Amino acid sequence: MKQYTWEEVLLTPITTVPSDEMNKTGGWRTFRPVIDYDKCIRCWICWKFCPDAAIRIDKEKEVPVINYDFCKGCGVCANECPKNAITMEKEV
Amino acid sequence: MAEKMLTLTGNAATAWGVRLSRPKVIAAYPITPQTTIVEYIAEFIANGELDAKYIKVESEHSALAACIAAENTGVRTFTATSSHGLALMHEMLHWAVGARLPIVIVNANRAMGPPWSIWADHLDSISQRDTGWMQSYAENNQEILDNMIISYKVSEDRDVMLPSMVAEDAFYLTHTVERVMIPDQDLVDEYLPPYEPEYYLDVNRPMGFGSLVMPDNYFEFRYKIQKAMDDAREKIRRAVKEFREIFGREYFGLVEEYKTEGADHVLVGMGTLVSTAREAVNQLRSEGEKVGLVKVRYYRPFPFEEFRDIAQRVSSIGIMERVMTFGYHGPLYNDIAGALHPTDTHPYMKNYFVGIGGRDITVRDIKAIYWNLKKSCERKDAREIEYVNLAGPGAMPVEKEAVEKKEVVQ
Amino acid sequence: MIEIRFHGRGGQGAVVASRLLAVAASYEGKDVQSFPFFGVERRGAPVTAFTKIDDKKILVKSNIYEPDYVIVMDPSLLSAIDVTAGLKPDGVVLINTGKGIDDVKKLVNANRIALVDATDIAIKNGLGSRENPIVNTAILGAFAKVSGIVSLESIKRAIEENAPRKKEENKKAAEEAFNQVKIYSEGGA
Repeated sequence: MKQYTWEEVLLTPITTVPSDEMNKTGGWRTFRPVIDYDKCIRCWICWKFCPDAAIRIDKEKEVPVINYDFCKGCGVCANECPKNAITMEKEV
Repeated sequence: MAEKMLTLTGNAATAWGVRLSRPKVIAAYPITPQTTIVEYIAEFIANGELDAKYIKVESEHSALAACIAAENTGVRTFTATSSHGLALMHEMLHWAVGARLPIVIVNANRAMGPPWSIWADHLDSISQRDTGWMQSYAENNQEILDNMIISYKVSEDRDVMLPSMVAEDAFYLTHTVERVMIPDQDLVDEYLPPYEPEYYLDVNRPMGFGSLVMPDNYFEFRYKIQKAMDDAREKIRRAVKEFREIFGREYFGLVEEYKTEGADHVLVGMGTLVSTAREAVNQLRSEGEKVGLVKVRYYRPFPFEEFRDIAQRVSSIGIMERVMTFGYHGPLYNDIAGALHPTDTHPYMKNYFVGIGGRDITVRDIKAIYWNLKKSCERKDAREIEYVNLAGPGAMPVEKEAVEKKEVVQ
Repeated sequence: MIEIRFHGRGGQGAVVASRLLAVAASYEGKDVQSFPFFGVERRGAPVTAFTKIDDKKILVKSNIYEPDYVIVMDPSLLSAIDVTAGLKPDGVVLINTGKGIDDVKKLVNANRIALVDATDIAIKNGLGSRENPIVNTAILGAFAKVSGIVSLESIKRAIEENAPRKKEENKKAAEEAFNQVKIYSEGGA
């Protein structure tokens, strides 16, 4: 971790850098969620529940899309999906 | 709204101080003896005399949490508490400092239980001295109102950005009616500009607050707090000077010296006991005694420079504390002793615990303390602490005859 | 400095009386302090309230131990507590009662006693009921006469600016009590 002097640090720890530039936590995953779009009813519950905001709604195609750069594989989306459309598969 | 003189309780004066400071969010939770503060504020808001959001929360911890979140969006906030309520907020008190949020709260100084007590004692706010909150102690209702306005100004200074606690004694101020001058709102607006922080929650400028920091950099963030607290001393002096220029009331800075010219012995105190001590000093001076009084207005940041200066001019310092901390002497005694250690000046010092748990402090009690200090100093008495008016062995007694004979030593 | 102690029962307005007196005195340029006995209170329990009045700034912030005046708003308190505790030797006890001086002297030991039937005056002016008469404004009117340290006009102004309702009735009660109160001193009136 880089050493900053007390003059360099901000007033209080604030993260202003958008997450694209930070370390991709997707590397932490052991299992990855996979959506079966035939079963998916577009209720958006998975999007709502993702604790990492790693699922986005593709407005054009009208589907939930998982961002595997940041998905940590917690499995909450699979647990909450009312149609069991999401399965957790072992990461290879 | 032009200035006007009203007869108000300390709590009502506090509510006026809040109203004049124009906060945008008030978090409200009741506790004796501060409850009427938030009740008066509710009336002001209901009447349209204060434009603020009023959040009734479920505990004091939530009250400060609500203020922290609101302050983080870039608005001025306020809450009030006392005793166990302040203790319950403790975790959030640390947060407000680390997050550098200039929240101002009022704490009605009330004893900690058990034994259960609703009466005046400073242990509640003193217990929070390590957090990094600035602390001021009011002597009368006027000062509470004025301290509120001064506190927002100092806290919100970009070089400070630390929260402030305005302390008022339970009942002696909260429930006692005195004459209070309500300042002109326009003058307050001139003295206290709108709150404009550098960083705040904004959906158009997303940021994360309160992030994890490794040991590599934590010290540096905390050093900034230390520096801010140190810089605050001069900011306070300046804010008090400006206050006098605009409103005409003189508060002298972090400390006020009363009749210390030519004094051999000085008494030190905080809060309402200072007011009673002024009368005691007046009477002693008219009897020819060379005694003065030092009022500690700000306990944090600690006014070490003022004490180093006073110590050079006196033979003894009698430290009256309405709080008993455990382990070794009282808070003021320890801080003064610490401040004097690196210097060559070491006047005789003695610690007096008085008024604990709301026990009344009379003019006679303070005169007794003075006679004890004077005699102890002359004899170089090794006894370092006196328990004034304690019932039982080891107490410093204050019987009328002993005080009149000036023989108040063990 | 003049120190006054009020005795009443919770809910009778003793604290309000102590405050109104302070407000009235402040109109006359005096410095004032008023506070209730610091403690938990409930309706019907004895309540003590205090007022300090001085020409110069009041510095002392401790309780009142030797009042110059004691005001008893509820006569039933005379047999319940020692209302004259600490009263200065030339201090005055002002009591709300319909009884005569001889009966009162059996219960109260003081050199100077003032009596006024504030309950009767309050009820005649429609202030409260016989069980719960609102006697505070009447007693303040009587106090103005007895002490001479605050004028009836100031008391009436304090009522006008602070009474939530029945301002005229309260002012009238104060005036009637002012006129009706009788002072009895040891060794002549």
